[in-house]
Amino acid sequence: MSQDKFHDDDFERHKAGKDNPEDYGESSEPMAGRGAESEPIRNPGLPEHAPRPTDVDETLERRAELQVAMMFIGASALALLFCVAYFVFEPGVEGETFLGVGASNLALGLTLGLAMLLIGIGAIQWARKLMGDHEIVEHRHGAASSDEDREEALAAFRQGSEESGFGRRTLIRNSLLGSLGLLGLPAVVLLGDLGPLPGDALSHTVWRRGVRLVNDVDGQPLRPEAILTGQLVNGQPELFFEHVGPDGEVIEPEYEGSELLVEESKAAVIVVRMRPEDISPPKGREDWGIDGILCFSKICTHVGCPISLWEQQTHQLLCPCHQSTFNLAAGGRVDFGPASRSLPQLPLMVDDEGYLVAVSDFQEPVGPSFWERG
Amino acid sequence: MSTTTSKAVPGTPKKQPTGGPVAWMDERTGLAGLAKKQLRKVFPDHWSFMLGEIALWSFVVLLLTGVFLSFWFKPSMTEVEYMGSYAALRGLPMSEAYASTLELSFDVRGGLLMRQMHHWSANLFLASMMIHMLRVFFTGAFRKPREMNWLIGLSLLLLGIVEGFAGYSLPDDLLSGIGLRIAEGIMLSIPVVGTYISFFAFGGEFPGDDFIPRLYTVHVLLIPGILLGLIAAHMLLLVYHKHTQWPGPGRTNDNVVGYPLLPVYMAKAGGFFFIVFGVTALMGGLMQINPIWSYGPYNPAQVTADSQPDWYMGWLDGGLRIMPNWETRAFGYTLSWNVLVPGVLLLGILFTILALYPFIERWITGDTREHHLLDRPRNQPTRTALGVAGMTAYGVLWIAAGNDVMGPIFQIPIASIIWFCRIGFFVLPVITFIITRRWCLSLQRHDRETLLHGYETGVIVRSPDGGYSEIHAPISPVSAYNLTTHERRTPLELPRREDANGVPAPKRGKEGVRARLSRFWYADDVAKPTAAELEEAHHQHHDGQPELEDGRHVGIETGGHVGGDDFELEQTTKKS
Repeated sequence: MSQDKFHDDDFERHKAGKDNPEDYGESSEPMAGRGAESEPIRNPGLPEHAPRPTDVDETLERRAELQVAMMFIGASALALLFCVAYFVFEPGVEGETFLGVGASNLALGLTLGLAMLLIGIGAIQWARKLMGDHEIVEHRHGAASSDEDREEALAAFRQGSEESGFGRRTLIRNSLLGSLGLLGLPAVVLLGDLGPLPGDALSHTVWRRGVRLVNDVDGQPLRPEAILTGQLVNGQPELFFEHVGPDGEVIEPEYEGSELLVEESKAAVIVVRMRPEDISPPKGREDWGIDGILCFSKICTHVGCPISLWEQQTHQLLCPCHQSTFNLAAGGRVDFGPASRSLPQLPLMVDDEGYLVAVSDFQEPVGPSFWERG
Repeated sequence: MSTTTSKAVPGTPKKQPTGGPVAWMDERTGLAGLAKKQLRKVFPDHWSFMLGEIALWSFVVLLLTGVFLSFWFKPSMTEVEYMGSYAALRGLPMSEAYASTLELSFDVRGGLLMRQMHHWSANLFLASMMIHMLRVFFTGAFRKPREMNWLIGLSLLLLGIVEGFAGYSLPDDLLSGIGLRIAEGIMLSIPVVGTYISFFAFGGEFPGDDFIPRLYTVHVLLIPGILLGLIAAHMLLLVYHKHTQWPGPGRTNDNVVGYPLLPVYMAKAGGFFFIVFGVTALMGGLMQINPIWSYGPYNPAQVTADSQPDWYMGWLDGGLRIMPNWETRAFGYTLSWNVLVPGVLLLGILFTILALYPFIERWITGDTREHHLLDRPRNQPTRTALGVAGMTAYGVLWIAAGNDVMGPIFQIPIASIIWFCRIGFFVLPVITFIITRRWCLSLQRHDRETLLHGYETGVIVRSPDGGYSEIHAPISPVSAYNLTTHERRTPLELPRREDANGVPAPKRGKEGVRARLSRFWYADDVAKPTAAELEEAHHQHHDGQPELEDGRHVGIETGGHVGGDDFELEQTTKKS
């Protein structure tokens, strides 16, 4: 913004009052066409300045002065108290409590907050009661520069661009514009290592033939007879836990850290048992369950929240984020809500030792839809 | 610069120049020229002008508390075993981000206060920005020459929302992790490049270990930097344009009436910073917010019931909840309308409409003048109704976002709430539009009545022949003037287009649409009375005749008995 815009006449100020009628009356050039003639009531002008009680009564003035000073002194005291509270009270769960809440946080918040409030209220009280309260009239003029200024600016620009030859020397101009445009490419390419390309990573999980289903809390493998009708168990593949191999050897978890989180976020499943006669499996999936035990992806097909609200009478599974409702007795079909796809189902079988295992990976990508999903 | 300027002219009595730090500073910066004009700059007074100030000061509180938090917070997704003082989580694996947030909450003195102040002031920042925006909208303060500041303000709001989301996602607790998972689902729904965007943002598959550090840079450097720059531009334009003011006695479109920056507004605005800071500190000390320790660390296989985003993201979450489950699968590709529309397009549509609105209104009304006086919302019925309709749609989405919380409270099935919101999103704004517009027009009519006949005193008198009537008393000249400060607006005329033979052109095209919209905008306005009408009305009162307005018996005006010795209004009009 140009400093020159702040013309001096901008700041001609006059004490408002009846003695300066030109300041408040109808303006000679109404910027928004408020013609005075058509107006039913003439602008009565700024009201006379009315003195405040503190302007005329010295006792009140003195009292206001004291009030403001007391507030500032109070703020100083509270600032010191804040420091005391900082050292006196221990923070956290082991610290002192007051009325059931942490004393440290409470005392620090109260002292800091009240100190600040007192400073603020004091300053405003000072402004309202004691500082000058004459309203001032400042003239406006349009936001635009004067026509001459604009012409001169354009002329300067024209002269400058003429001297540069920017318009004339098209070879230089176009090659410069071309190179500047192409500089966008390095800027974009440079970000290439932000992440790997998606590939088909979203289409696979760690489930494969023979991977045992385990309880996601303690990592214990699940037997069909341990799951009661109506029960829901949150499951994960055994690979995520330390477990005992077929020959009795101890196998370490296959994943850890952020890798584990990535795989968990795709492989999480829920295992439910329903009465076999209640289940109407989609075509081709009749043998994906074991005696009414079915296994579905836990990841909502809407935007990927883990689903876990199980209504055993209606066989519905509700997502707590956006209320998509899936019917597990009907192949994970969407009964209601914003999700569009059925929950992917994991085919189950029982291994030699009688534990539930996967027949294969999911046969479609789990989780939210994406463009390449098909 | 000429070197002779500082030399005193010989012979003239030399005035002692100012010395000391002022001279030192001015000789190096030349700031005195600016200061002499700006130190006594005038600002008008009104409570609603304070809303933007709340936003400004809470941003300062956010910067101060945020710097404190950054000294302890570790933006890292590296897995650690928690060994801190909060026993319930001891021994659990969690990210360093979550562990350091626990440390801030339990082991750093004042850390919990700063965390809670930071979160509260973020809420305050967004709430005050939104209400400030509504104030600017409903009073027409976005009109020329302030359109650019409207756009800057919108950018501030949009960035503020993103900044808030980034902020509450950083602690890597269970709730914020769910929010990020939803954000990932929304990214995936973008056609063609969705998976690439997601993989590039998360450094691979969700959640990975890159996202929190990246989000941290965005949250503490990138967005605050842009916000600071935009706030500076917002304030500079405000200073340059000078603040809008309410019309009133002595307050015209050509002046600004108020108190000077030094001392009154320095004290008031400066004091107000301390009040905003103080209130935030009290909230941080007394009101719990985002107790991340009770949510636990993020685990992609877990979720909490009643998962809610912070309130300013609520409307978007509501959109996700009520969108029908439409998805198109064709040629081996999937397009998820159910996520794309509410997750991506809704935000874009809302902000596009808001950004274009000043220009649309300007085109419809054909008003290209500068406006520094604020509109009373009632005097712009169509704009006000549009604003209320927009608020209604926003409110419906907000209700939708709370369906799982409201359902049990009000004993309404969630499905019913969703269907109410689906239909209400389209129907309720229309209803509130009509009601608001009629309401504004009624208020206009009421203003006109008050001007012509004074206010209703509630005093009923019985005339000698047994009729009852209410006494109307005149209003003060200032009140009367305030009711007439708005402009008389007339709809644009349809342009007359004729061919060479004088036959009117059948198609009016764009101008025809514009004229119809303009008529819709203004044609129903109740015009304020003219000077002649006012005089006429007052003469009637003095003749003591019962007045008939629109065939309705209003009552006998006996203004002289109640409001003073004479009808002051009339005196004013006679003078003009």
